[in-house]
Amino acid sequence: MMAELVLMRNFDRSNSHTISSYRSAGGYAAWEKAKTLEPAAITDEVKKSNLRGLGGAGFPTGMKWSFIPKTHTGPVYLVVNADEGEPGTFKDRYLLERDPHALIEGMLITARAIRSALGFVYIRGEYVEPWRRFSAAVKEAYEARLLGDGFDVVVHRGAGAYICGEETGLLSSLEGKKGWPKIKPPFPAIKGAFGQPTIVNNVETLCCVPPIIERGAAWFAGLGTKTQGGTRMYSVSGRVKKPGVYETSVSITLRQLIELAGGVSGTGRLKAVVPGGGSAAILTADEIDVTMDVDGCKNAGTMIGSAGVIVMDESVSIPEALLVLARFYAHESCGQCTPCRESTGWIEKMVHRIVDGHGRKDDLDTILDVAKRGGGTTICAFYDGAIGPYISYVEKFRGEFEALCRP
Amino acid sequence: MTIARVEFSSEQLAEVRRLQGLYPDTRGALLPVLHMAQDTFGYVSLEVEAYVAGLFGLSPAHVHEVVTFYTLYFQQPKGRHVVAVCHNLSCHLAGAQDILRHLEARLGVQRGATTEDGRVTLQAVECLCACEAAPMMQVDDRYEMNLTPDKCDRILRDLR
Repeated sequence: MMAELVLMRNFDRSNSHTISSYRSAGGYAAWEKAKTLEPAAITDEVKKSNLRGLGGAGFPTGMKWSFIPKTHTGPVYLVVNADEGEPGTFKDRYLLERDPHALIEGMLITARAIRSALGFVYIRGEYVEPWRRFSAAVKEAYEARLLGDGFDVVVHRGAGAYICGEETGLLSSLEGKKGWPKIKPPFPAIKGAFGQPTIVNNVETLCCVPPIIERGAAWFAGLGTKTQGGTRMYSVSGRVKKPGVYETSVSITLRQLIELAGGVSGTGRLKAVVPGGGSAAILTADEIDVTMDVDGCKNAGTMIGSAGVIVMDESVSIPEALLVLARFYAHESCGQCTPCRESTGWIEKMVHRIVDGHGRKDDLDTILDVAKRGGGTTICAFYDGAIGPYISYVEKFRGEFEALCRP
Repeated sequence: MTIARVEFSSEQLAEVRRLQGLYPDTRGALLPVLHMAQDTFGYVSLEVEAYVAGLFGLSPAHVHEVVTFYTLYFQQPKGRHVVAVCHNLSCHLAGAQDILRHLEARLGVQRGATTEDGRVTLQAVECLCACEAAPMMQVDDRYEMNLTPDKCDRILRDLR
């Protein structure tokens, strides 16, 4: 079931984080090849590979790059979103620590495609060790003159805020402001960091770029489904026997992925699974034959998001699990839009009351009503993410919530 | 806790200028410089905010708005060590609340507080993205994974 490793190919090499190890495994050959290609040819190759953003939104990467205005003559920035924070996701931490040069090579190639001379890597503030590892790799790349010769990289540390993983919140933060998302349009490709056209890509997404250039779009596209190429790194945690990060084709089913992670632990009987990070709608035990690509999950009424899979066995209390997430959303709402700021707070209070045994049965309809009314009314996707769990946990496990409510 | 005079050394000021030069607008260096300020002065007091604001030509109110938005900037003195236990979903499923209660009992403080001797600030925090090793916590710069009460005790013993 394990597909060929594309992203994790170097993880088991000794000192895989160093430039000498990366080079001895053929690293930076894709960059040499990319230097002989026209920028538009690089973008075309990535378009044909069917690479889709692996940070959460699943937007076609090559298409995103092509939104940079052709007539623009000023600076263009490449920003790497390494603000990993989606509950249940830990893949970018592995890439930053174990294969930082793959990201640098992906940035070099991407920068050529979008004609950028300056890149920023925004790493979440809590990731101190990944930040040190990646900074050391950047230093090596400067010494090897891979960087500093037409493309520079600034490594930027965040300071603790989930919302900065949202791409325009990230840009606000990079500009030295609180991480408030910005109204779109204009999209970052038109007006992004410091007011200039900017491409924001996730770590894992950019790590796919060197193999695509080296081995070709057709090969990469062939690893996945019709609408999404490649493999991806699934973060699997919760009640499984072997939690960890698993790289496999995006055509794998959730059932197969759970088996890959050793099967269900705890009682051994599956109750529910979060397929794509905390903000994805929950799936019940009989909904796990979904394929784990962007469209497979979308068609099943949930989302693959960041591919953070959280498994719950029969002993897990779904209302308690929702309370954990509701507290998270209330804490992390940036406060800019009223529906999100108010609803996340009040829904946490209501779920708390239910879990404490003081809930009323009509609280459940109130939660659903509040959640559904707010969807699509806010500046960014944060609240649309929050209502994924609010609605799905209550609708799919209503009996469990009602059992806790006062008669 | 006494704080040194709120002023960077000449080397630090050179570093501030270097950081400011990395961004198309100097303001981009605000978060990194606030990290530096916290490392130097212990926490980001109103006085520190005003000092940093001066280095950027920003109003202190702007810096205050930034400092209060992010969780990693402390506006009050913190312990010599910060123990931040993840209590998001995967860690919750692995017993994070038991770990938190154990640490509260051992340290004699509630989450969010600092021990009287100023040794440890205990926090409950959102997902630190090490869910494969739940329950886990961050102790200063390091991630401590696959926690048990015994392991927590050993970690606490080593914090001076």
